[in-house]
Amino acid sequence: MSTTNTTQQPRTMFEKVWQNHVVAEPAGEPTILYIDLQLVHEVTSPQAFDGLRMAGRKLRRPDRHIATVDHNVPTTSAHDRLVIADQVSAAQVNALRKNCAEFGVEFFDVQDANQGIVHMIGPELGATKPGMTIVCGDSHTSTHGAFGALAFGIGTSEVEHVMATQTLPQSKPKTFRINVEGALPYGVTAKDIILDIIGRIGTDGATGYVIEYAGSAIRALSMEGRMTICNMSIEAGARAGMIAPDETTFAYLNGRRFSPKGEAWDRAVENWRSLVTDEGATFDRELNIDATKLVPTVSWGTSPGMVTTIDGKVPSPEDAPTEADKKSFTRALEYMGLQPGTKLEDIKVDAVFLGSCTNARIEDLRAAAKVVRGHHVATTVRAMVVPGSQKVKHQAEEEGLDSIFKSAGFEWREPGCSMCLGMNPDILQPGERCASTSNRNFEGRQGRGGRTHLLSPEMAAAAAITGHLTDIRKWEFAEKSCN
Amino acid sequence: MEPINILTSTAVPLPLPNIDTDQIIPKQFLKRIERTGYGDFLFYDWRYNLDIPDHVEPRRDFVLNKPEHKGAEILIAEKNFGCGSSREHAAWAILQYGFRAVIAPTFADIFFSNAGKNGIILCRLSEDEVKTLLDRTTKNPQHKITINLEQETVTDDQGFKAHFEIDPFRKYCLLNGLDDIGLTLRHEEHLNKFESTHDEKFWSKPKTDEAA
Repeated sequence: MSTTNTTQQPRTMFEKVWQNHVVAEPAGEPTILYIDLQLVHEVTSPQAFDGLRMAGRKLRRPDRHIATVDHNVPTTSAHDRLVIADQVSAAQVNALRKNCAEFGVEFFDVQDANQGIVHMIGPELGATKPGMTIVCGDSHTSTHGAFGALAFGIGTSEVEHVMATQTLPQSKPKTFRINVEGALPYGVTAKDIILDIIGRIGTDGATGYVIEYAGSAIRALSMEGRMTICNMSIEAGARAGMIAPDETTFAYLNGRRFSPKGEAWDRAVENWRSLVTDEGATFDRELNIDATKLVPTVSWGTSPGMVTTIDGKVPSPEDAPTEADKKSFTRALEYMGLQPGTKLEDIKVDAVFLGSCTNARIEDLRAAAKVVRGHHVATTVRAMVVPGSQKVKHQAEEEGLDSIFKSAGFEWREPGCSMCLGMNPDILQPGERCASTSNRNFEGRQGRGGRTHLLSPEMAAAAAITGHLTDIRKWEFAEKSCN
Repeated sequence: MEPINILTSTAVPLPLPNIDTDQIIPKQFLKRIERTGYGDFLFYDWRYNLDIPDHVEPRRDFVLNKPEHKGAEILIAEKNFGCGSSREHAAWAILQYGFRAVIAPTFADIFFSNAGKNGIILCRLSEDEVKTLLDRTTKNPQHKITINLEQETVTDDQGFKAHFEIDPFRKYCLLNGLDDIGLTLRHEEHLNKFESTHDEKFWSKPKTDEAA
C-alpha cells in the first residue's frame, strides 16, 4: 500500500461517502447523516406529509425531493391511469398530487414523459449520482448504490424525518465486500449473480452491513446490470449495496437532466473518481465468488434465498441446513405446490412477468426480445411486459421491441411496479405459477396464493415461449443474427 | 409515541423464520392514506380464510384467532423477523393489533428501525432462549413473560431470565416516548452550517434551470 498521505488510513468507498455526510455526532447517539436526495412515491408518503402538517413543519428542502407515482397505477392503458377505477388507489395518487403541490416537490405524474418506477427515474434523470446519500420509503432504494451512492430504504416516520430535516439519525453499518471475479459464462446475467449471492449468504446474510460489489465481473457489467445487483441487496438483508463509479457510470450520467454540465461536470467526475475504495482498506467481511462457475439461477421457494440452478432439482426439506430451515422448506414446498426432486426445467408456468425495478430497463427488454423474436408465447401462458418507465417504454418502441413482444403474444403495458407486488390490478390468481423478473417470491407477493419463480429476463422470456422453466444456455434463437 | 418500560403479558408464538412484511400486512392495505386502522389486517392472509367469495372468515387454527391468545401484548418469532419491504404499515399493524413487543433472534434492518419509531420493543435473544419461550407459550398460553426495558431483561414466571442488548439512545427514546425530529432539530445550527458548504458538492439538481 502506498499513499502520499500517510496520516490518512485507507478508506472504503462507503466510509468516504459516510464521512462526507456527517452533520453531527452527538455523544451516545446515532450520527446525524445528511441526505442529498429523497425519492417519494404515493404509498409511503401520505402519512409523512400529514405528520408535517400536524406538527406545523415545513419540508426543509423541496429541491432535494423528487416524486412520482408507480406502485398503484394501472398499467393497462393511459386512460385507466388517468381515471383510476380503484377509489382507494385513486385517493392515494391524488393525495400525492396535492401534497407535492402544497410542499413544492417536483412531481412526475402518470402521463409525464419522466414517470416510472421511482428507482428507474432517479438514474434516468441523472438525479442519482456517485457519492450521494439517497433515501426513499421503499426497500429497493438500494438500486441507486450501483452509481456509488449510499442509498437505502426507510419507513414512513423516517420519510417524514428527512422531509423535516434533510437528515436521518443513523447507526454506522459494517462493511462487506463481495468480489465476483472472472468472465460470466454464456447465459449468466447480473440477476443470476445476485440470486446466487442471496442463495449463498441467506436473506439475513448481510443484515447490518453495506455491501460493496467488486471484481472484474461487476466492472464488466453495464449500469443496468449493476442496478439489478444493487437492487436486490435488501433481499440479503443489507442496509445498502454499492458499486464503485467508473467510466461506465460517467458515460451513463453524462448529459442527463440533473447531471452537472460543462466545467461542473469535469469537477464532478474528478471528485467521483476519488470515491473508490483505497488500496489496503479493510472490510468487516469479504466473500469471493468465481464468476466462471456461475449457472443461471431460479428461485424454487418463498424466500429469495431459496434458489437453485436451472439444471438442478427442487430440494427436499432434508437438504435444509438447519432445523428452522427444514420447517420453512416444508412450508415453502407446500405453498409452491412442488415435489422434492422435480427438475426445475419440468416446472410449468401459467404467467410470465417481465418488469419491476429489478429488471425492466431497456437492456433487460432487449435481451428478452432477442429470445422472443420469431417465437410465440405458449398457449397455456399469460405473458406481460411492463417497462419500468416511460423513457424505457418509448425507447423500446423506437427500437421496435414492442412489436416483437406483441406479435409473440405478450401484453405490452404502461410503466409501473405492476405485478412485482400486485398493488394495482395486475395480480396472480390463487395457485397460478409465474416466472418473474422481479425481486420477491414471498407468499402472496404477486397475488394471494400466487407462486413466484424469480429469474433473469432472458429466462423469463424463454419460459413464456416453452411454458416451463427453461435453461437459456440451450435456447435456439430463431434468428442467428440475434444470437 | 407512548413511553414504555415494563411489560408483563402473555405471548403469541409464531415459530417461523423470515416472516416478511408482506405477511405481516399484505399490499392491498397499503393503499390507505391513514396512519391508523391497520390492526385488523395484521397477518391477513394467514389469519382469514379468503377462499369463499365476498366472505372473510377467521381461520380457527391460526394462532391469533385462538381465544387463549387474545390480549397478548408480546409476539415471539424466529430469525430475521420483518424482512422484505420497508412498509412501516407492518409496525403500525403490530402495534395497533395490541402488541408492544416482539421477541426473536434477529430482526431485519428497516423493520427494526420502524418498530423503534412506533414505541415497539424488539428483544433480540439467542435462538435457544427464543425456543424456550416459544415452547413454554405454546404449551401454556397463559405463560406470562416480563420485559424490563430499563434492566434489558426478559423473564418469565418459571425462572427464565435472559438479557437483551439495545442501543442506549433507542432505549432512551422508547422509555421517554420521544419523537426523533425534535431530537434532530437540537442540531439545527450544525445542520445549517453543514448545508451551506455541502450544497456545492452534492447538489441534486443544476442550480440554473438549464434542463427545464
